[in-house]
Amino acid sequence: MMRKILVLLAVIGFGVAMLPLVLEAGVAEAPGELATAYLEQSPRDFAAANVVTAIVVSYRGFDTLGEVAVLFAATAGVGALLTKKRTETAGAEPERKPGTEILGTATGLLTGLLVMFGVYIFMHGHLTPGGGFQGGVVIATAVLLNLLASPRSRVAHGVMTAVESLSGAAYVALGLLGVVLAAGFLDPRALPLGTLGALASAGAIPLIYSAIGLKVGAELSGILEALKGDRE
Amino acid sequence: MVVDMAILVSGVVMIAAGIGAVLAKSLLVSIILSGGVSLVASLVFLLMGAPDVAMTEAAIGSGLTTVVFLYAMARSKQADHEDAEANAEAGGQP
Repeated sequence: MMRKILVLLAVIGFGVAMLPLVLEAGVAEAPGELATAYLEQSPRDFAAANVVTAIVVSYRGFDTLGEVAVLFAATAGVGALLTKKRTETAGAEPERKPGTEILGTATGLLTGLLVMFGVYIFMHGHLTPGGGFQGGVVIATAVLLNLLASPRSRVAHGVMTAVESLSGAAYVALGLLGVVLAAGFLDPRALPLGTLGALASAGAIPLIYSAIGLKVGAELSGILEALKGDRE
Repeated sequence: MVVDMAILVSGVVMIAAGIGAVLAKSLLVSIILSGGVSLVASLVFLLMGAPDVAMTEAAIGSGLTTVVFLYAMARSKQADHEDAEANAEAGGQP
């Protein structure tokens, strides 16, 4: 009884604390001061048609580097925790049901398209909605489909490790290039900006987002394979 | 106006699916319902004009998270099974 009253009080407390958020929610009529500055300056500063990408990769580039580092730490943790046990019982191969024929056929048709779509999303991050993280997840979805359709298949571990570390190094190297050739770390103006709206525009942003996309795709594929269980 | 109505309806669906996920007896149903919450949330983000966020929510929230939860559930069941077998070999002590 006491516990129920406490829970009820906690719920009511949360409700009261969140009430201002609910009352003020809605679509703003006009963008605020900071948003206006971003909207006006980002096409001029970076020639990026997608303002969100300009903010994520350049104005807030250091945050994005931190996010990538967090994701890397999470992947390393999952890999370390879930790989160890399997090496002890490597002798006993668990029975696994193969995927159905529908899943297998659909996987064969969709894998190429999904990878292509993921690459499209992160290469066009500076032009259309989306970017490195979204494209990387789409690529990981293709890997997931293959793992589901044929449970015995394995992710090529060496290739994934190479892609992951090389793209991470490329991201930091592009950031350092900004120190040498432009205003500071992660400044995409290190490379020529080009014209607004072209694929090869916005300086280093497409390259940085491609590196992030490959890195995220490789990391999430690694997490999925570690969770699947029979990694050695 | 139509967009506002759609957002409201999506909100009601999200709350219903969330309560269903908490109350469901089966873990599998809970996982699928919480994935459904994310799917409707991505629709709301799209209606509010944030396609970037909608894409992330659909791919990570409703796709990858659901799969990770399903794998985790399968693995914990497998671990339970192995523990039970080890106990049986050790002399039937629970």
